[in-house]
Amino acid sequence: MQKEMAYSFPDEVLKHVFSFIQSDKDRNAVSLVCKSWYEIERWCRRKVFIGNCYAVSPRMVIRRFPEVRSIELKGKPHFADFNLVPDGWGGYVLQWIAEMAGAYPWLGEIRLKRMVVTDESLELIAKSFKNFKVLVLFSCEGFSTDGLAAIAASCKNLRELDLRESEVDDLSGHWLAQFPETCTSLVSLNISCLGSDEVSFSALERLVDRCPNLRSLQLNRAVTLDKIANILRRAPQLVDFGTGNYAAELQPDVFSNLAGAFSSCKELKSLSGFWDVVPAYLPALYSICPRLTSLNLSYATIQSPDLIKLVSHCPRLQRLLFLIQVLDYVEDSGLEELASSCKDLQELRVFPSDPFGVEPNVSLTEQGLVAVSLGCPKLQSVLYFCRRMSNAALVTIAQNCPNLTRFRLCIIEPKTPDYLTLEPLDAGFGAIVEHCKDLRRLSLSGLLTDHVFEYIGTYGKKLEMLSVAFAGDSDLGLHHVLSGCESLRKLEIRDCPFGDKALLANAAKLETMRSLWMSSCAVSFGACKLLGQKMPKLNVEVIDETEPPDSRPESYPVDKLYIYRSVAGPRFDMPPFVWSMDEAVKILH
Amino acid sequence: MESGCSKKLLDLIPQEKKWGFIENQNGISHGSSEEKKLELKLGPPGEEDEPLVSFGYFSSTKSNAKHAHNKFPPPQEDHRGGVVLAASWAKNHHHQPKPPNCSQKRTAPGPVVGWPPIRSFRKNLATTSKLASESPTSLPHKVANERNPAAPETRGKGLFVKINMDGVPIGRKVDLKAYDSYEKLSTAVGELFRGLLAAQRDPSADGPKQEEEKAITGVLDGNGEYTLVYEDNEGDRMLVGDVPWHMFVSTVKRLRVLKSSELSVINLGSSKKGKRVQN
Repeated sequence: MQKEMAYSFPDEVLKHVFSFIQSDKDRNAVSLVCKSWYEIERWCRRKVFIGNCYAVSPRMVIRRFPEVRSIELKGKPHFADFNLVPDGWGGYVLQWIAEMAGAYPWLGEIRLKRMVVTDESLELIAKSFKNFKVLVLFSCEGFSTDGLAAIAASCKNLRELDLRESEVDDLSGHWLAQFPETCTSLVSLNISCLGSDEVSFSALERLVDRCPNLRSLQLNRAVTLDKIANILRRAPQLVDFGTGNYAAELQPDVFSNLAGAFSSCKELKSLSGFWDVVPAYLPALYSICPRLTSLNLSYATIQSPDLIKLVSHCPRLQRLLFLIQVLDYVEDSGLEELASSCKDLQELRVFPSDPFGVEPNVSLTEQGLVAVSLGCPKLQSVLYFCRRMSNAALVTIAQNCPNLTRFRLCIIEPKTPDYLTLEPLDAGFGAIVEHCKDLRRLSLSGLLTDHVFEYIGTYGKKLEMLSVAFAGDSDLGLHHVLSGCESLRKLEIRDCPFGDKALLANAAKLETMRSLWMSSCAVSFGACKLLGQKMPKLNVEVIDETEPPDSRPESYPVDKLYIYRSVAGPRFDMPPFVWSMDEAVKILH
Repeated sequence: MESGCSKKLLDLIPQEKKWGFIENQNGISHGSSEEKKLELKLGPPGEEDEPLVSFGYFSSTKSNAKHAHNKFPPPQEDHRGGVVLAASWAKNHHHQPKPPNCSQKRTAPGPVVGWPPIRSFRKNLATTSKLASESPTSLPHKVANERNPAAPETRGKGLFVKINMDGVPIGRKVDLKAYDSYEKLSTAVGELFRGLLAAQRDPSADGPKQEEEKAITGVLDGNGEYTLVYEDNEGDRMLVGDVPWHMFVSTVKRLRVLKSSELSVINLGSSKKGKRVQN
């Protein structure tokens, strides 16, 4: 900076100012102001979020941001959650860890979602980062308790170990005992995914005992109800607690012990777990219910009346996840009860207990959701499984809850029409996108024509993620979405009659999005090749487990297609059933 | 960022209005046989000579690229191309019966992969809770997470059971479906733990073995240093080899390799509540 420019600041001042800027968007904007700001900003960026691990290479990240302390990576496409992505597809974190081990000795936080994490990766983390504090493995797989043992043993200042919804190969419950006696820093521990495998309970108790800052603890299903009291008495400062198995024969002393332990936790605001609930033990929670803001009963196969009684004790509930049992009409009126007592509710998730039941289950219907929309004006996020819906109900919901940001509706039978009029549900979903101006995420279901996509393209200006299944009539539908949804980042489509035209006509749009998934649609191999050829900044990958796509005519539709923007070029770890449409790769072959 | 010519090449349908225009011009005059040809055909190869509509369209468009930058090519320049778009884009399919799923691999209604969209660990809650309510003191074997590696997995890919050995803290898993007899199983078990035991004795034996690995044999006949036992679905501990192979496979829950010298100490066949992880 030149001295005659009175208004220029020395680098140190700018650095200090930038340190207050945490959001990635803002930091990206800062880095575009001028070259010197770019330089200063890149040296002081401490946190990097990479929404698609294949969009950029580790080396590129390291080159631009040399002093990162926290990294978040996401791997597989969302539909991998529903077994649509074959095993071995990719999402391996090892290469990232290996490169960062050399470049970021002070890396303290790693958060991964839908990635394959091996024991080797975990051992490498344990060895390489002396200041390691936070490990979150959300929906990951590929590792065993051996890898966890390495983390526990080596990470002296570990604050957070969160394995939510991951698949862990449990070889021994003793990995918990690997936390040294000197480790007292744990703030959050989530081992709920370990299922019925026993962890060494005595090691767990001792660990909880010596970590006074432990705020969040989620046990696994193997921990029985009688053990909860022991844990809670050692950690009365807990804010967030997940029980294990919540079943036992009713015994007065066990009950009173449990109730006493819960009531001693004055800060407890959030509960989860509750596998195999025995309703008689639910009243043990009543003393803390008035403070609860979040309750996850989505594994609790309890009947609606017990659920209602519990929830009616929780007037401050903001977040409720629960499982609806297949019973009688009580379910809708149960939601009505909820709507009258939980006025602060912001998020509601209702899961099906019997998703594959053939019987039309009329016990939970659209009425329940309508009731909640009426009674809970702060509702922002909905995930709702049911078996019938009407346009009228959707319009009512839309009008009652204009603040919705996430709306995911799953009518269990594909292509189910409005049960009252037998018409498609276009108008209903149209009302949702029209009234909910801040809607960021939408999942569709039921009978839908191209019209619904016209509404979405017209009104869904803030929509970032859209999930579509068994909907639409023609390419026009897809075209509406790609041309109209300005903020679209992720689009996932299955079993829709969308083909080449809309995709090719909106090819440029794909570079503005993170990714597009299309399976069981009508996109031809030829179109995929054309896209790969014309759009070097897109990775166009065809997935086919039965035979190579070029063994058939080019007009034949591909089974699965995953397109994502990338500055790293085609990836090198594709399994045999994934083909890259990139010209460069084809030449190499 | 301004895109190059290649992008505009593909960005051929800028506004709906143009489609409406095209429709008036062309949409009505084409008969259903033409329609059939233009519809995306998803039958097996060989049934149709002509390539898919869109691909044919784009090959003709390439030649137009030079003079038409962003405009929709007028129908008369490439009659077929214009027709394609008019016919398919403007056509209203509403009155038709619901189009079948494009790449419908199933002809009869059956379970659809990945539908309804819920995670695996949520799928079996109704059934597993029933097990729990029937026997509240023991944990259900099959848990909500159908991919829980603890319980024996039978997904058609194999039957994996845990196996622990005395003196070895790290357990392993074996796929019982890979064997069809006790002999093969015992050989495999022997192989599995031989290396582990050697590493135990000398933790630094990564490279060439410092001492010869002792073969683990005789696990079935009581003559060797070790004996193979298993825990069945009732929690009883049994000697491996007593029942026919298929019966063993259907009742085994986990395996153990015990020191033969300690066998008399362990009360075989007695019922044990729950599972205790020794290692």
